[in-house]
Amino acid sequence: MQRFANLLDNLANTQSRKRKLALLADYLLNTMDPDRGWTLAALTDGLPISLPLRRILHDLLSDTVDAELYRLSRDYVGDTAETVSLLWPERQSEGDEPPTISALVVAFKTTPKERIPDLLARALDRLDISGRFALLKLLGGAPRVGVSARLAKTALAQAFNHEVSDIEEVWHAVDPPYHDLFAWLTGKGDKPDPGNRPTFRPMMLAHPIQDEDWPRLEPNDLTAEWKWDGIRVQIAATACEMRLFSRTGDDISKAFPEIASAFIRHHCVLDGELLVVRNAEVAPFNDLQQRLNRKTVSPRQLREFPAHVRVYDLLFEDGEDLRPLPFEERRARLEAWHARNSPPLTDLSQTVAFTDFAELSQIWSGTRKDGIEGLMLKRKSSPYLAGRPKGHWWKWKRAPLTLDCVLMYAQRGSGKRSSYYSDYTFGVWIDDSSASADTSEPQLVPVGKAYSGFTDEDLLKLDRFVRNNTIERFGPVRSVAPKLVFEVAFDDVQISSRHKSGVAMRFPRIARIRWDKPANEADTMSAVRALL
Amino acid sequence: MQTSPKSPQSSKAHPAGRWLYPRPEGLFCEPGGFYVDPNKPVDKAVITHGHADHARRGHGAVLATPETIAIMKLRYGEDCAGVFQHIDYGQTVSVNGVNIRIVPAGHILGSAQVVLEHNATRVVVSGDYKRVFDPTCEPFELVPCDVFVTEATFALPVFRHEPAVKEARRLIESVRQQPERTHMLGVYGLGKCQRMIALLRQAGFEETIHLHGALVELTQFYEQRGFTMGSWRPIGKDSSGQRQDYAGQLVMCPPSAISDRWSRRFPDPATAFASGWMRVRGRARQYGVELPLIVSDHADWPELIATIKETGAEEVWVTHGREDALVHQLGLMGIPARALALVGFDDEGE
Ligand SMILES: [Zn+2]
Ligand SMILES: [Zn+2]
Repeated sequence: MQRFANLLDNLANTQSRKRKLALLADYLLNTMDPDRGWTLAALTDGLPISLPLRRILHDLLSDTVDAELYRLSRDYVGDTAETVSLLWPERQSEGDEPPTISALVVAFKTTPKERIPDLLARALDRLDISGRFALLKLLGGAPRVGVSARLAKTALAQAFNHEVSDIEEVWHAVDPPYHDLFAWLTGKGDKPDPGNRPTFRPMMLAHPIQDEDWPRLEPNDLTAEWKWDGIRVQIAATACEMRLFSRTGDDISKAFPEIASAFIRHHCVLDGELLVVRNAEVAPFNDLQQRLNRKTVSPRQLREFPAHVRVYDLLFEDGEDLRPLPFEERRARLEAWHARNSPPLTDLSQTVAFTDFAELSQIWSGTRKDGIEGLMLKRKSSPYLAGRPKGHWWKWKRAPLTLDCVLMYAQRGSGKRSSYYSDYTFGVWIDDSSASADTSEPQLVPVGKAYSGFTDEDLLKLDRFVRNNTIERFGPVRSVAPKLVFEVAFDDVQISSRHKSGVAMRFPRIARIRWDKPANEADTMSAVRALL
Repeated sequence: MQTSPKSPQSSKAHPAGRWLYPRPEGLFCEPGGFYVDPNKPVDKAVITHGHADHARRGHGAVLATPETIAIMKLRYGEDCAGVFQHIDYGQTVSVNGVNIRIVPAGHILGSAQVVLEHNATRVVVSGDYKRVFDPTCEPFELVPCDVFVTEATFALPVFRHEPAVKEARRLIESVRQQPERTHMLGVYGLGKCQRMIALLRQAGFEETIHLHGALVELTQFYEQRGFTMGSWRPIGKDSSGQRQDYAGQLVMCPPSAISDRWSRRFPDPATAFASGWMRVRGRARQYGVELPLIVSDHADWPELIATIKETGAEEVWVTHGREDALVHQLGLMGIPARALALVGFDDEGE
C-alpha cells in the first residue's frame, strides 16, 4: 500500500505529463502482481468495490473526533478522504506491517457488509497518513491525481514497449487485476483473447489538411463526407453484449442506454459520430455535453437530449474483419448492412458528391449549418488503420470565425508556465444601449478565455505586457489595462447563461496578437451576436 | 459525531485581564505601560522575536533579546527604534510593579516568551513557539503560569508536522535522484532558512547550497552567532558575467520566488517548500510545489494542547491563528479560553 500511496502523492505533485508517465511506467514495471493490476484498475476502470464510504466514515469518526473540530478541519482541508486521513488517530505500532493493496482489495471485496466498518478501521490503524489517504481514495472511486485512463494505458505501453493501440485492443478483454494482460506484456502468456466480448478496436484518425496536400490529391481518388460535430464513437456489438467506446477506448455505454438497446442482436463493429438529434436536426454540441461523463442517466435527460449515432464506417460484420478492405468497399458493405438492419437511432453519414476541388471548396465555404464542423476527405483505396496514418484521411475544418478582442485579465499558468501569465480572458466592447446607459465610459464584457495559439517568444512578451499594465491583483489573477488586442479564432459561438456576456465561444485560441491595433477598434457585442 | 457541551464561557474573566488586555495596537500591559509585539509604532514595546509581523519599526523603546534587537537592526536599520534595551534569557526587569522575565520560545534564534508577574499573578506571553528540537535556537522552556497566552497558527487537529530531519532526507534523496534538475527550496528567510540548512547538514548533505539574495544577510548573521552553515554561495552572475548552470544543485529562496520570474534561470526546476502548511494537499497545490516538506517553526496541534496542559494555566488567551478550533478544544478540556482577536499577525510564509 505504501508504494501505491507514494505513487499517488508523486502523481498529484507533478504537473508534467512526461514525468507522470515515467512515474507510472516505473511503478508498473517494478511492482509485483497483483498489486500493479489493482493500481491500474484504480486509475482506469475503477475497482470492483462499492460501499457507502461517507456513512461508514461518519460512524467510525463519531467515536473519536469531536463534531465541531471535524467540521472546522473538513472546511479547511476541503476533502473528506484527506481530512479523515489526517484526523485518524495514530495507532500504528512497531512491526505492524502495512497491508498490501491486493490484500486490502480482496478483503473489501469479500467481507460481508456488516463487517466492513470494522475492516476499514483496522486497515486505517495499520497505515500512515498518506497510506490512509490512498486507501480512502481507492475505496471512494477515482483518485483524482491528473491521470486519465488513457495516460495509464500509455504508461503501460511505454513500460513494456508496446503500442498504445495494442493495449487498447486487448483492454476490454481483460479484468482487474489483469493477470492475463501482465502475463502477455512480460512475455509469459499469449495475447488475451476477447472471445465473445465486444472489444475496442483502435480508431483511424485524420490529419488536418494543409495547403501543400492539395496538389498531391486527385478528386477521383477521394470520397468527401460531412464532419459532424459530436464525439467519435465505436459501437462494438456481439450476440450477447454491446458496448459504446469513446475515441480513446473508454466504455461510455452506461451513459447511453438507448444506443445499447438499439444494437441488441447485432454482431458488428461500427465507427460513427455520437450526436443529440431532435426532429432530424443535429442539436448544438452543448446539448450532447449534458449527456457526457455520467454514470447513469435520468428519463428526463433521455427525453430532452436524445442520442443518435451517425455511422461512418463498418469495421466488422458478423465476425468478419473488414478493416483490410478499401474504404470504398467498406462503404458499400456499410450501406448494404444498414439497409438490411437499420437499427433505430442511427443513420448513415451522407457522402458529398463533387467533381473537382473548386466545387468542393464552394460547398465547404458555403456551409455553416449546425452540427457540421467541416468536411472529411477519405482515400477510396485506404484500409482502416489504427492511429493517425499519413496520406489516407484528411479533415478540412470549416474556416474558424474570428473576432478582435481586448485582453482583460491574465492568470498564471501551471507547471512549466507557473512563472508566466499565460491564461488570458478577453472581452469585446458593450455597444447596446441597455448595458451602458448609466455610464459614458466604454465598457468591456468578457467573452472567452484562451491559453494557446502563441509561441514561447510571444509568451515572454505577453507576460511582460501583463506585468507592466496591471491594474489590480487578485491572487494568481491580474486585471490588465484594456490596451492589447487579440485576434481570437474560434469554431463557433453559442448562447450561454453561464457567462456574463450571454455567449460562449467554442475552442477559442489566439490567432494573432495585434500589438498594432488600438483597443477602441476592437469588436463589439453586436458583432458577436451577429455570429449566433 | 460526538457533540460537545458548550464551551464554558468564562462569565468571570481572569483578574489578569484587568492589567493585561488587547488594544487596537496590540496586547497592552497597563501598569507597565508597554505592549507586547504591537502592530503599530508605540512608546514602549516588548518584542518576542524578529519576524516582521511581531517586530515592527518605529517604537520609542524596545525591550528584547540581543539577537532579536540585532535582527531588527539588520532588517530595518540601526535607528528603527528610539532606544533598545537588551534582556537575556532568564533575566528579569521590573517596570512599575510588573516583573518582566524572558525565557526561550524555541521558535527562531532569539525568540522569547515574556513572563509577566503582577499582583501575584503570572502570565506567560509565548509569542510564536515550538517544542521540537531545533539546532539553530534555544529550546522552549516551560514556565508554569496562571494565564498562558498562546498562538494558534496550526491549531487544527489536521496539523501534525513530520520529523524535520526526515523531511530534509526526502529533499536530499530527490536532489540525488534527479541530477539533471535544479531543486528550488522555498523557505521563510529568518529561521526556517537557517534551520533547513542545519538539518540538511545534519542529514549528511555537504554540497554547496545556493542562496537567493534575500537570504544572504540573515544567514551570515547566524554564522556570526556561531552557527555553522557549511558551504553556501549567493546566486548571481559569476565574475565572467556568465550564468552558472545549476543542474543537480540545491537552491534556497523565499517562497514567493518559486513561481516568480526569478525561477526561470534554472533548468527544469523541481520545487519544494518547507512549511507547516504543506501538511494539506490543497495548500501544496496552491503553491504548485512538487515536493511539499512539512517542517514548521510553530507548534502543531498535539504540541499546542500538550503545552497548554503542562503550563497548568487556569485560563488561556489565544493571540492569532485558528482561535475557533483551539478555544473549542480547550472548552472540551474544561480550560477557560478566549480569543484576543489581535490583528496584524501573518504566518502565511511560515
Ligand atoms: Zn514568528
Ligand atoms: Zn507569528
